[in-house]
Amino acid sequence: MQTTVSLWPLLGVAVIVAGFVLRFNPMLVVAAAALATSMAAGFPVEKILAEIGTGFVKTRNLPLIILLPLAVIGLLERHGLRERAHMWIARIRSATAGRLLIVYLLVRELTAAVGLTGLGGHPQMVRPLIAPMTEGAAETRYGKITDALRYRLRALAAATDNVGLFFGEDVFVAFGAIVLMVTFLHEEGIDVAPLHVAMWGIPTAICAFLIHGYRLYRLDKRLDRELGYQAPRTGDAAPGTAGRATELARQAASNARGEQA
Amino acid sequence: MILSITYLYWLVGIVLALVAGMVVLDKTHPKRFFAGTFWGLAALIFLVGDKLPPALVGAFVVAMAVIAGCGLVTGGKPKVLSAEARTQSAKRLGNKLFLPALTIPAVTVIGTLTAPYLKIDGVSLIDPKNVTLVAFGIGCIAAVIYACGLTRDTVGQSVRETRRLVDALSWAVLLPQMLGMLGLVFSDAGVGKAVAHLTTSYVNMDLRVVAVTVYCVGMALLTIVMGNGFAAFPVMTGGVGVPVLVGVFHADPAVMVAIGMFSGFCGSLVTPMAANYNIVPAALLELPDKNAVIKAQVPTALAILIANIALLNVLAFR
Repeated sequence: MQTTVSLWPLLGVAVIVAGFVLRFNPMLVVAAAALATSMAAGFPVEKILAEIGTGFVKTRNLPLIILLPLAVIGLLERHGLRERAHMWIARIRSATAGRLLIVYLLVRELTAAVGLTGLGGHPQMVRPLIAPMTEGAAETRYGKITDALRYRLRALAAATDNVGLFFGEDVFVAFGAIVLMVTFLHEEGIDVAPLHVAMWGIPTAICAFLIHGYRLYRLDKRLDRELGYQAPRTGDAAPGTAGRATELARQAASNARGEQA
Repeated sequence: MILSITYLYWLVGIVLALVAGMVVLDKTHPKRFFAGTFWGLAALIFLVGDKLPPALVGAFVVAMAVIAGCGLVTGGKPKVLSAEARTQSAKRLGNKLFLPALTIPAVTVIGTLTAPYLKIDGVSLIDPKNVTLVAFGIGCIAAVIYACGLTRDTVGQSVRETRRLVDALSWAVLLPQMLGMLGLVFSDAGVGKAVAHLTTSYVNMDLRVVAVTVYCVGMALLTIVMGNGFAAFPVMTGGVGVPVLVGVFHADPAVMVAIGMFSGFCGSLVTPMAANYNIVPAALLELPDKNAVIKAQVPTALAILIANIALLNVLAFR
């Protein structure tokens, strides 16, 4: 029974794992894995190159979503898009990094669930808007933040986009994955309605929102504790870092007024 | 159809060719000829990749991987305006700055929703197989025109800004495509079958809980290896899902596949193989640690995977 399936193609997987663990350049690792896999399958050199070439041409659609928005995002950044996102969030006094990302998670997941996956994305939404707003919210609340925290917040902004997209889009009936699942089951002699598959995705979608949302809620609590934030009391001179935060907020508010004049 | 995805390939090809030209002509760029060759080959593949012999394209790809692997695709010195100038401009333009950025999703959504009705003489205006991508492309072009009008800047400047960002992203731009290619090579060589064979022959699945766990964890692990839940799905569902969960334990197939696919997505959250979601954002957000996004996602992915195992145990066997 062991001999019916060839285990040689797993050589490519071994190359990938070793390459990523040893931190070689990913482009090189992937090319080496493709070469190793096709050699293990016993293809001649020309067929190996043809296999790689055909695959690369077939997947040209993948970098489009990264490359196409760069022109407009780059141009807007030159004219202060990220700075603007920063200023805008500083005006909303109740905004915190965690709350902002929870709202984005909800919007991203709900819009993906009705098929509007184009409303988010890393090049066009996270880099120019969501990440600077998250950093801005933290700076308004805690004053200057360390680079380590800045990178952590950016990574969480990207993570939030991914979680919202992945666990929202599978609830959408016309999503490619649902078509794939229904077609596959049909070939196996089992018929299910696409609507049923979409509906049974809802419990996991809710769990994903609760789990990731709870982590973001904890983020706020942890930052408040570590960076010593106290809610400013009314009629009382707010001490310490909170004083700095309100000072920053006041500055931001006066900036906002200034530009309207 | 009138607007096919091929036009977007040509557009990207032209932009990459311009980037390659600017890199080669940039005397301050440390590795201008190597980096220029890298982007030039990429441009060629986008412009005429389907007309060239596949083996030649394969040789180009290997050459690009070697150039990138030797660390020769570095960026030049970015020319950006000072922080004060940008803040001034942000104040002057105000919230209008957001509008071109929001044009992209708006046009994508409108295009996707209206595509079935956009017909000229019975011919679809937008390629029906790639509606979202083509609508997204139109959105990006519309956004550039809008942004140029708003900022009184030129299309030439937007190409220079593209070069700045492409320089910063470096080879990460093409990593998703490399991995897509590897996924095709893997499935041709039967990697999925080998993995499914290993899991099914060495785990005893007489207990329902064990079988459910094998299916969910298997989906996640195979997705980690292949970088894509879609590639893992037929292997695990054909190997464990249908014969064991449905055949032996009478699971509801709709529940099984829905939760199974989500288990695969938990794998996508923790693998560098899903470069579009994990490695490219790290490059886009200029994070020093290329795995920072994955690290931020690990706790969420693990918790959701455990939730999936519990949900499948409860919901599929009512």
